[in-house]
Parts: sequence; C-alpha cells; structure tokens
Amino acid sequence: METRLPLSLRLAARGLDGVTLLVLPAALMLVALFIYPFGYGLWLSFQPKDGSLLGNYLKFFSDAFLYNTIGTTLALALPVTLINVFTAVPVAFRVRKMKNQRVLTTILVVPITLGTVLVAEGMLNYFGPQGWFIRALVSFGWFSPGEIRLVHNYWGVFLSLVITGFPFTFLLTLSYVSGIDPALEQAAATLGARAAARFRHIFLPLLMPGLAITFCLAFVQAYSVFPSAVLLGAPAGPTRVISIAAYQAAFEQYDYPLASAIAMIMGAVQLVFVIAVLASRRLFYRGPAAGGKG
Amino acid sequence: MASNVSFRSLRLDGVGRDFGTMTALSNLTLEIARGEFVALLGPSGCGKSTALNCIAGLLPTTHGSIWLDDRRIDTLAAEQRGFGMVFQNYALFPHMTVRSNVGFGLKMRNVPKSEADLRVAQAIATVRLESQAEKLPGQLSGGQQQRVAIARAIAIDPPLVLMDEPLSNLDAKLRLEMRQEIRRIHQNLGCITIYVTHDQEEALSLADRIVVLRDGAVRQIGTPEDLYARPASLDVAEFMGYRNAIHGKVAGRRDKVVSLAVNGTTLEGVAQGEIAGDAVVAVIRPDDLIPVSQTMPGIEAVVEAIEFRGHDFFGSARAVGGEELFFRAKSRLAMGEKLRLGAETSRVLVYPKGA
Repeated sequence: METRLPLSLRLAARGLDGVTLLVLPAALMLVALFIYPFGYGLWLSFQPKDGSLLGNYLKFFSDAFLYNTIGTTLALALPVTLINVFTAVPVAFRVRKMKNQRVLTTILVVPITLGTVLVAEGMLNYFGPQGWFIRALVSFGWFSPGEIRLVHNYWGVFLSLVITGFPFTFLLTLSYVSGIDPALEQAAATLGARAAARFRHIFLPLLMPGLAITFCLAFVQAYSVFPSAVLLGAPAGPTRVISIAAYQAAFEQYDYPLASAIAMIMGAVQLVFVIAVLASRRLFYRGPAAGGKG
Repeated sequence: MASNVSFRSLRLDGVGRDFGTMTALSNLTLEIARGEFVALLGPSGCGKSTALNCIAGLLPTTHGSIWLDDRRIDTLAAEQRGFGMVFQNYALFPHMTVRSNVGFGLKMRNVPKSEADLRVAQAIATVRLESQAEKLPGQLSGGQQQRVAIARAIAIDPPLVLMDEPLSNLDAKLRLEMRQEIRRIHQNLGCITIYVTHDQEEALSLADRIVVLRDGAVRQIGTPEDLYARPASLDVAEFMGYRNAIHGKVAGRRDKVVSLAVNGTTLEGVAQGEIAGDAVVAVIRPDDLIPVSQTMPGIEAVVEAIEFRGHDFFGSARAVGGEELFFRAKSRLAMGEKLRLGAETSRVLVYPKGA
C-alpha cells in the first residue's frame, strides 16, 4: 500500500508551513486598516441621504463646486509630479558619482521626516510677504512690493509639494539609477556613444520602468494633498483640492456618505493615471539592468 | 573581415595611473605591432585592469602618453578612440537583442543601414551565433553572452581589441573552447588584441607576447617561451608555475652551472643573471622534480601526499629543511616514505636571494 506523507509535509510541498503563519499579522492589519474601511466606504458611498443608489455620485458630478476639484487637484499634482521626476533624474545621475552620498541623502530626507505641516509653517515665514525670500527679490529691485505672492495661492501649494515630494522621488530615482551596471555605460562609450547617446539608448530605456513606478507613487501622494493646500493655498478657490471637498462634506456638512463618494472618486482618478502609466511600461524592457553574469 | 583601419603600431610611453597617493600602475612602456596578441598577466591588484582601462579611455592616465602611430590618443575620450572592448561581465545591453547589441557601435557611427546589417551579420557569423541573433542577452548562456560581447567589440572594425579577463566567468571546458575561438578571431581580424588575465596558462597559450605586472610595475616582457623557460626574477618564476623554491648556499660554480648546498645534500642548477652573494634560491617546476637515486644530486624529503593523475602521479613531500615540495612520480609511493628528489640541471633555475 502506498504510504501517504504526513499532512504537514504535503502542505509544505504546496508552500504552506509554519513560516506561512508569519504573514498572518500583516494580513490581519491589511484587512482591518485597509480592506474593511475601503469596503465600508464604498458601501457607504451608495447610501446617500436622499435614499437613492447613485445620489452622491450624481450630486458630485452635477455640482461644479465639487467636480471642479478633480481638475484643480490635477492642475497641481500633474505638473508637480512631472517636475519632481524629471529633475530627480539629472540630480541622481550626478549624485551617483559622489563620494558623500550619505550626507546629501540625509539632508534630503529631512523634509520627509519633518512632515508637511512643519514645512508649510516654515514656508509661510520664508515665502510670506514679509519673508526673506520676497524681501530679497524686492530689495534687488526685481519686483515691487506686493507684485508677487508665493503663499496663499496656487504657487504656495505647488512649492510645498515640490519641496516635500522631491526628496521622495529623488531617493527612489537614485536607487534605480544606481541599479544600472556602470559597465554598460563604459561599453556604450567604447562603442562610440557620446554622453547624450548613452543616456538615450542605454540609461533611459533601462530607467523607464522605475521612473513609471516613481511617477505613480509621487502622483498619488501629490493628488491626495491636504494640509499644505489649506495652510499655504487658497482653500476656497484656486487650491480647493478634492481632499478639501471630502473633508468639508464629512466634517462641515456631516454628510459621511457624500464624503465617502468623493473619496472613491478621488481613488478612481488616481487609479486611472496609475493604470495608464503602468500599462505604458509594457512598451519598455523590464528585467535586470545588468549586462550579464557576474 | 580583416580590419580596414590602416595603422602600424600602438605605443605606450611611460603610462602610469595614481589614485591619490596610491600608484596603481607605473611607467608602462611598450610598443605593439599590428597583428600582435599581447597578454597583460599578473595577480589581482597588479595594475593590469588599470592599464587596460587607461588604453580604452575609461580611466584617465596620470603619467605618460599613448600613441597610435603618430596620433596621440590618451587625450581622447573613450568614444573617440574607436577601440573594441570586451568586459569581464560582458556588459551587454540587456534591453537590446543580440543583433542590436552587435550593431550598436555602427549605429553610433551612422553607418548606412544596408552596410551595417551586413557587417553585423558578419560579426555574428564570426562568433557562430546566427541562430541566436534575435534573442535578448538574458536568454543566452554565459558562453553565448561572451561571444556576443566579442562580436559587438569587433563589429566596429577596431584597430585594437581590449579584453578584460573575458573567460573568468566560464566553466573550465568552455574556457578552453573560447580560448581557441579568441585566437582564431584575432588571426582573422589582424588587429591588435590586448588581453588581461591572471591565468598564466591562458596567457601562455594565447599571446605572442606577455607583459608580467606586479604591484603596478612591469616585471618582465617576453614571448611565452621566454617567460616559461627564463623568468627574469623569482616572483615571475613563481607566477609561471615554478612552485618549488629551495633555499641554499653556493658550494661551487662552473660557468653558469651552480652547485647548491642544501641541508647536507647538493643540487645543481643554472644561474639566472648575476649571482653576487652566497645565499641563493633554486626554483623547479613540479613536473621536472622526480625521485632520483641516492647517488644523484637532490634533496632529501618525506612523502606527504600522492594523487593519481592518469599518466603519472603527483605528489607532495616535506624536505629536510622544512620546505613543501611538489613532484612527479611514475608509481604510487607510500606516505612517509623517504626519498631523494632531483631534476635535470637545466631545469633548475638559480636566483640570488631576494631577486
């Protein structure tokens, strides 16, 4: 008679053993902190106060004061993300060859650890009408007093998103750039490729998948901007971003179902961009960025 | 596809490279004629890769100059030198097919497509990879990747092909095959090949001329036969496979033949260069050291290990003076057996101590 292996061994062969249990805490956290709230929010968004099914969504898309927030937020998040990603690439290329990378990385991480609120407070002073920056510009005679404003408008939020977002995109980009075998560039050079050609034919194609991921993460972060839009922007007008609309629905009108619906719409917009960018990654080579064995 | 570039020679004139206060390579002077295959040989850290990178233009020199005929090239960037280089890890572009990899250099030179296609096909045929041309490097085996790297380097018709330990990532069998392949390709091209390796066997079998480097300095330049038979110094001898080093004192001389007194017995060898002092070192290859009768010159030793090699046996023994000796034997000897080991006088090289 054929002897059967013990159950534990048969499970192990299918990838289930004691170690698998270590996944459990994380899985529970995921359910409790993400899946359940998301499911609940989705369900809630279909329970509008008027009793219909799609009332919240209809309300959002029929009220310009609400649906315009999609465009307002995009007008901030898209340029900021593009600027951050595209400035991170050349900086990362330079830093890759630096000896004191750690010092610079530490300096760049500071804005991330300080948090957006502290950065916003600092910017209010520095870029405010009486701040050093504006006063310096005025004293150089480049602008007359009151001619430019860098806080409590679009540019205040824009700058704060660049300042807090750049370190993040830079660190990600640096890791992708450092992951490319330097011998590939040398090989391209010996084959006659000048710096621009080496970038275009070797680095760029190998970086694209990483840059796409970086773009997605930075975009999602920028699209959900809230504190700096309130503190540094004009939350009633030009920087009335979608998260402000959700906040007002929830905590000023106490309409949680509408707030949930707005949050779902916000998520959907982010998803559309992420999917579009990730899908375009298919056009590029995805694999190890090293030139062979060894 | 012989190289179309007309040139006569490459000349290195006192080439050196310092890293801060550390000297990686000093005063490398060498003239290489077209068609020559030169190996830079030495242990790791000897400066051989530094030399190669300086020639390729990947590392600026700090001393000296490099000339292709009358044209000074050490001031040019790597992309302006037009040398083909094969990297140790191959450095194939992972996102390009074999064909695009091989064609990259021609594309950078704006060679018309019809001509480029032809030359790429030739280069791929030279390394016998026609059937793999549309694959990505990641889909190829190590040996095939190696061939692609060679094809890519030769497709641009370079006056000079530089190879940085190209076989070190391959297994023993493939290494032998590729060695012959590299030699064949070199002969067909008729360009200069400079080949960096730490493997003396590879250098001896491939090169027309070998440059032995150590601690950034040139120790000897010569043909494989020269280096094998007449190493200029003790450390070169050691590197060329003279594994047995026996210390002794000069007991007598007839012309170049020196008698050494070694712990009560004598050994005869050929003096290499001037021997001024009394203390000398004799070096012998394991294959030349064999058991001899008690009446012959030789060294007393005790057998420590013996292994079967097929046509003979390879043994190690402890000499009375404490040195470990490696020798060849015709029969299996017993452990602990006492014997006298000797070699033909011409096979024993005697150097002054400290040379």
